[in-house]
Amino acid sequence: MTVSSFTSLLVWLPIGAALVIWVLPLSRYATGSLAVLVSLLEVGIWIEQAARFDFGRGGLQFSQRGAWFQDLHVSYHVGEYGFSLWLVGLTVVAMAACVGYGFWVGRQRPRAYFGLMLFLTGATVGVFVAQDLLLFYAFFEAMLIPLYILVGVWGGPGRMAATVKLLLYTMAGSLLMLAALIVYGLKVGTFDLVDAPPSASRWIFLGFMFAFVIKAPLFPFHGWLPETYREAPPEVTAVLSGVIAKAGTYGMLRIAIAKFPEPTSYYRTLILALAAAALVYGSVLAFRSTDLRGVVAYSSLAQSGLIALGLFSGTSLGLDGAVLQMVAHGLISTSLFLLAGMVERRATTDQFALLGGMARGRPAVATLLMTVGIVSLAVPGSAAFAGEFLILAGAFQRAWWWAAIGAGAIVLAAMYMLRAISGVLHEARGSLVRDEALDLRTGELALVVPLVGVLLALSAWPAGISHHSFARDAPTQAVRGQFK
Amino acid sequence: MISTPHVDWFALSTILVLLGSSGLALLGAVLVPRRARRAFAAAVAAAGSVGGIVTSVWLYVDSASGHRVVADGFYRDRWTALAQVILCGTALATALIAFEHVGRRDDEHVAEFFALLLAAAAGMAFFVGAANLMTLFLSLEWFSIALYVMCAIDYEREGSLEAGLKYLVVGSFGSASLLFGSALVYGATRHIGFAEIAQSVGRGGLSDDLLLVLGLAMIVAGLGFKMSAAPFHMWTPDVYEGAPTPVTAFMASATKVAGLLLALRVLQSAFPQEAHLWSWAFAGIAVASLAVGNLAALVQRDVKRLLAYSSISHAGFMLIGLSVGTALGARALMYYLVPYAAMGFGSFAIVAARERELGQAVTLDNLAGFGWERPFLGVAMWFFMFGFAGLPLGGGFVGKFYVFAAAYRHGWTWLVIVGVVATLVSLYYYLGVVRAMYMRPAEELRVAAVAGGAPAREPLLHASVGMALAVSVGSLFAVQPLIDLAKHATSSLPF
Repeated sequence: MTVSSFTSLLVWLPIGAALVIWVLPLSRYATGSLAVLVSLLEVGIWIEQAARFDFGRGGLQFSQRGAWFQDLHVSYHVGEYGFSLWLVGLTVVAMAACVGYGFWVGRQRPRAYFGLMLFLTGATVGVFVAQDLLLFYAFFEAMLIPLYILVGVWGGPGRMAATVKLLLYTMAGSLLMLAALIVYGLKVGTFDLVDAPPSASRWIFLGFMFAFVIKAPLFPFHGWLPETYREAPPEVTAVLSGVIAKAGTYGMLRIAIAKFPEPTSYYRTLILALAAAALVYGSVLAFRSTDLRGVVAYSSLAQSGLIALGLFSGTSLGLDGAVLQMVAHGLISTSLFLLAGMVERRATTDQFALLGGMARGRPAVATLLMTVGIVSLAVPGSAAFAGEFLILAGAFQRAWWWAAIGAGAIVLAAMYMLRAISGVLHEARGSLVRDEALDLRTGELALVVPLVGVLLALSAWPAGISHHSFARDAPTQAVRGQFK
Repeated sequence: MISTPHVDWFALSTILVLLGSSGLALLGAVLVPRRARRAFAAAVAAAGSVGGIVTSVWLYVDSASGHRVVADGFYRDRWTALAQVILCGTALATALIAFEHVGRRDDEHVAEFFALLLAAAAGMAFFVGAANLMTLFLSLEWFSIALYVMCAIDYEREGSLEAGLKYLVVGSFGSASLLFGSALVYGATRHIGFAEIAQSVGRGGLSDDLLLVLGLAMIVAGLGFKMSAAPFHMWTPDVYEGAPTPVTAFMASATKVAGLLLALRVLQSAFPQEAHLWSWAFAGIAVASLAVGNLAALVQRDVKRLLAYSSISHAGFMLIGLSVGTALGARALMYYLVPYAAMGFGSFAIVAARERELGQAVTLDNLAGFGWERPFLGVAMWFFMFGFAGLPLGGGFVGKFYVFAAAYRHGWTWLVIVGVVATLVSLYYYLGVVRAMYMRPAEELRVAAVAGGAPAREPLLHASVGMALAVSVGSLFAVQPLIDLAKHATSSLPF
């Protein structure tokens, strides 16, 4: 096996493991252990890849290309750029934590559950490494299938309506993308993302963007978000907001911006306005939410807006910041949703009205929630601060008012996050917080602490990502050259 | 002395194998003792279908240059052979589930069912190779009559009789339309051979001739009935619902394969000069089928009816490939049919299993919990449903991609948009089935009382569902080989 097949391995190992889990009649314990083991193996493979990655070089690395069907020039082509490497890393780390969470809480019907989680891992990695449009689309859609079932089977009481909304929204976007990619691929004569020349067609651009803004989501395409994030099991919400949503912003960077330079600048103001609207609107809603998950859910909407602001600012600072923020926010929201799940397990609710005073006698919950919360409100020195600062600086180069709006929203972020922290940890003890409710157990610590550790490491050295995402550390040139 | 034409027996071998085994099954109905009759007839049917697959694969390999045989009445080419492979595969799968699922276990007329199944398959195998209007009509009636009886084979059940009668009446109407259209075309061109019709139209400048156009329109309508495309679909939900489920499975996959592939052949070889007419006609039919199939399916509670409407909508998708009238479209159609036939068959087979378990019609309500009770069938069903919806779990996804690509290449971006919107609508009801199977705990619902005891083991049904699953998933990965096959098959058509 050569190094370049590592990319394929990252995609197909979890899918293969999912099949094994579905086929073999393993016990609950064996199933969960196998799933956790495979997830950790993924992390290991990724670390090996990251260690071998040549950040100084442009172009695709660890790439592999095979025939799929030739008469329409569709191929199996996978590979990684700097920024995709980081997103793949985010995926495998977050998925490992979420699979571990599922094991720890002992999800019912373990074979179905862990199989789907692993399938989801493979499909999501596939999105980030696919270098063929149809392959990208296939993985983009394939993510939906396990998500649909994970929310629909293991979700809360309102899961039916939530799943229908999730599916119809995202599929509406995806199918327009299918139409757009057929038109684009047949027009330029190849579906290969590396070979395909840029296009000036605004319609095709909009077709792609429609799918990405729904997935990310941006205001006003976020209709599926609140219900899904509330009804899904916590670890699935964590994956959704931490990882899956990044597929939308990744698509903007890899396809919309790189392949459609003219439409990008034509629609720049509109998209920046939508991004700013998502940022402000999400922050306000987060401030108004009465439950912990609501706060994190709406803050994810705001963060998607911020990332899109960075991407479409079209400046080097903005692009660097957006990639950093994708990873940082992915880690933050994964840990926050997992922590929310752990709080829910103890208090049966995440409503602030019924919570409060969790910090007393529970130092681990308090420390972790506090740490992640502080990082997420972008306190100077944190990874999120570095990301947001870069994005705002980039947006400022475009026009000062974008940065002004963004800076205002960051103040809101401090308000809603502090309100959420104090609503759970401090204030008077809530009616559903009982003395018997334990602090975090070792198993739970083992899930969240590594995530927080990575987050702190990233806070210490944000340049690790922001200077290592684009070839020769020159984002705008890389985008203009379509990453070749 | 009447001169007889030279007969290329090998070209007819698939049909002869199927017919021979049909006769054997019929003999079994009389000669084999009653308790062994079902096993004997099913084994003969399975063996006959396998034999048919073997001969048609052989024919495929051996017919690189297509030509007409038996007094120019039948095409020996790769298009025919590939269609026959698909048809025989469907017949094989039907024979497997019919062994466990047709009629009561002690029914003494069960062997006749298998004889009819093989006869219908033989008729379809002949139909797809028809080279003139006479053989076309004869083979159409041949398999239709067999299907009429098969629909009504559960003669103690009112629904089955009703389905048989309805199919007979509406089907005869379709046949009559086709026959009348053929007569008009003959009147206009004085020929019945497809190639001769095209020549005569070209030579005589008949392409705007009223008789010819009218005849073509009636032929299109007649074929539309067989492939159950809107607005000729009215019989489909009732017949699919009433017919014994294995028969429905066979009809949903095999009849559609035969109807669509033959339609493409007739239009391309007999009416190439009318392409501007039939192209738009079929585009219209495709849009109508997509609209009717998908919208009506949204409100169905009965799973067989739901799948019937879904099959109408898939006829619409495949007709997109047909209507563009290009080699790419023909490839798209041929490719699409493979996963479609597998998924269509498999989903009805699963309905048959549930039906047997409950002893009553399967609705979205009494499907609750099915996925957890029968894990393999449940997983297969969600694969089929997601595959139908065009999610990348099976070849249905690539099939849709191909027909849309063909429509775009033809310059019909609007048809791509229609297809995309139809796909989106279809998601709702396909997911409804998945939701019913997995996401509703049985205690929440008024569930039908299960007949009692553990479900039957049904190894053959599992085998045929497994086959369908393998084909539908495999076709996602093996696109290139399948497209190569389709390409060779298409090369025998005049493009």
